[in-house]
Amino acid sequence: MAARIQQVNPFALMGWLVGAGLLFLTLGTIGAVAWRAEDISALGARDWAAVRFTLLQAVLSAVLSVVFAIPVARALARRRFRGRRVLITLLGAPFILPVIVAVLGLLAVFGRAGILNTALGWLGLGPVSIYGMQGVLLAHVFFNLPLAVRLILQALQEVPAERWRLAASLGMGSGQIFRHIELRVLLNVVPGALMVIFLICTTSFAVALALGGGPGATTIELAIYQAFRFDFDLSKAALLGLIQFAICAGAGLFALWISAPSGLGGGLDRDVPRWDGMAGLDALWIIAAALFLLVPLGLIVGLGLPKVTTMGANVWFAAGRSLWVAVGSAVLTLVLALPLVIAAQRSARYGPALESAGYLSIAASPLVIGTGLFILVYRWADPVALALPITMLVNAAMSLPFAVRALSPALGQVETTYGRLADTLGMTGWARIRLLILPRLRRPIGFAMGLAAALSMGDLGVIALFSDPETTTLPLEMYRLMAAYRMDDAYAAALLLLTMSLALFWAFDQGGRVGD
Amino acid sequence: MIDLNDVLIRQGAFSLAAAFALSRGTVTAVMGPSGSGKSTLLNAVAGFLPIAQGRLVLNGVDVTNAPPGPRPVSMIFQDQNLFPHLTAAQNVGLGRHPGLKLTQVDRLAVADALDRVGLGGLQDRKPAALSGGQQSRVALARVLLQRRPILLLDEPFAALGPALRVEMLELVRDIASDQDLTVLMVTHDPKDAAEIAPQMVVVSDGVAHLPQGTAALLADPPPALKQYLG
Repeated sequence: MAARIQQVNPFALMGWLVGAGLLFLTLGTIGAVAWRAEDISALGARDWAAVRFTLLQAVLSAVLSVVFAIPVARALARRRFRGRRVLITLLGAPFILPVIVAVLGLLAVFGRAGILNTALGWLGLGPVSIYGMQGVLLAHVFFNLPLAVRLILQALQEVPAERWRLAASLGMGSGQIFRHIELRVLLNVVPGALMVIFLICTTSFAVALALGGGPGATTIELAIYQAFRFDFDLSKAALLGLIQFAICAGAGLFALWISAPSGLGGGLDRDVPRWDGMAGLDALWIIAAALFLLVPLGLIVGLGLPKVTTMGANVWFAAGRSLWVAVGSAVLTLVLALPLVIAAQRSARYGPALESAGYLSIAASPLVIGTGLFILVYRWADPVALALPITMLVNAAMSLPFAVRALSPALGQVETTYGRLADTLGMTGWARIRLLILPRLRRPIGFAMGLAAALSMGDLGVIALFSDPETTTLPLEMYRLMAAYRMDDAYAAALLLLTMSLALFWAFDQGGRVGD
Repeated sequence: MIDLNDVLIRQGAFSLAAAFALSRGTVTAVMGPSGSGKSTLLNAVAGFLPIAQGRLVLNGVDVTNAPPGPRPVSMIFQDQNLFPHLTAAQNVGLGRHPGLKLTQVDRLAVADALDRVGLGGLQDRKPAALSGGQQSRVALARVLLQRRPILLLDEPFAALGPALRVEMLELVRDIASDQDLTVLMVTHDPKDAAEIAPQMVVVSDGVAHLPQGTAALLADPPPALKQYLG
């Protein structure tokens, strides 16, 4: 592309300010935490156990998710059936599914009084426990198996149709097809998928909070929360935060290096005919995966529905607070992301560096940012009063990588196609944003805001650090109901939370498509 | 007028030299082998490419370092001359105000310009609901409204069939003579050049050569042009 003669642009300036703000929010809060931290010897055996557990469960979660995803993705790539499209769309849903809702759904299936243990009881077998390592792994596989399936399926679908036709005409069996075609695809996509899932699982908080805990199953994030909330040991929280950041940053850099796939790409419903594989076995894998994903959610709906009308006022107030945090976070995400990508696009030399500031929060853990902000503000303001705005800000920062990922290529496309025309017409500044960028980017903006709203709606992280009963959000209220064993109310709250998350995503995403 | 005062344009390893002036009201075609730098020349005049050496003077004003917007230039590209999310009237109105803040007088001028190119009554259509020829007419209506003394055409109307293209070129010629525009048009078709441009600049080997009569050049082309024309 031709180098353009540059002009000073207030939005580009704002983009650089956003970049600086993000640097502060991720690294600056670490600094604030580090400044409060004491000697590293302050970490006891339990804390190191948390570090070990975090790494171990993340590795196992990644491996299990990918191992099970391979046969499911191969089966989905080979088979055409009614509802295939819907199923593939549903595989994207866990991404915007509130973690605590999924945990409750898994408890309904695998918990003490769940379907599985009831069935085992009829057979005269002892109950299995969902708590501890196995529960954490189960929940992580629930969330990341679909992601892995989508990543692998996408890679398989990108193989040109001619190659499958060639394999079929040469009479290759599914073993030979695996060796000659699928294995190469897998070698390409699996390392990235493992890395992404490992990274997601290292910052796991809500799953560990609900299903882990205790000496054998505490993640670093959970240990930070406990150090902060129960012991009010800031220096320990700070040290753990630093270790968490080091692990995430290392994994993040490694993921960038092996160019991790995003899984947000399209083209998943391309129709590529295939002639190999055993239909029965493929069906078994597809049905098993579908049941694993759908039964827990189905139980939330079934068990929650009867109690929805009789939920306490607390739940509805919490839902209201969550709604405004989610919408605020979605708006904030856009306000941060748009100037950032505009500024990054305008500078050929420093643009990539600025854009990467948008991805920094992948490596930062929300609890570390929350702890850092607490350390910075607690002398001047009441953190409880700031709980919701801080949650909004942190949630927006955590959604930013996805927003940048969605907006940046789309903006590049708009500038290549219409940039020169807008330049000759003198469309700069606000006129360019209003008349060119916003209308042309409606779809990715709707998608990014929907994602941000849903993620924020379901977030159970920073809010747990600060809140008191007057400032709970719906996920936190739901967790409290679970902790108090008021399961009927918890199911109803979960159904409400699930509905609101999906509805928010749908509303923003559709908003971006109106008039297309 | 367009005055290229010993101008040198650099794009990586490629460079293009131009030293000539085109007087006001002339229509000049630009031809040459592909990759020779025809579009580079136009992009530098429009302000999309920086000028490494020399000075560019448009209508008596030195614009060597000016951004594209304020230059006294309107431009028509090969395609994508309209914003698909704006109506015909809005696309034309951008020629009056880049933020579409239009007065009643401006709106009347937009309607007049659309009438003039034969699109009266289609002002509320979006580009997708217009034919290729109609889309080109909207772009020309905007040129009318911009009232900028210099018009650059970069292989315009490439998506149109031969008959429509001649029609559009005639419209360009009418508008140019009405508004006394200085026109510079890149084309790959000698017929287009002969249709509206009395003179031609041949671009080859890193140089935009002095303009010469189109008819004479096409009758006895220099080697580079001869090879290109085949």
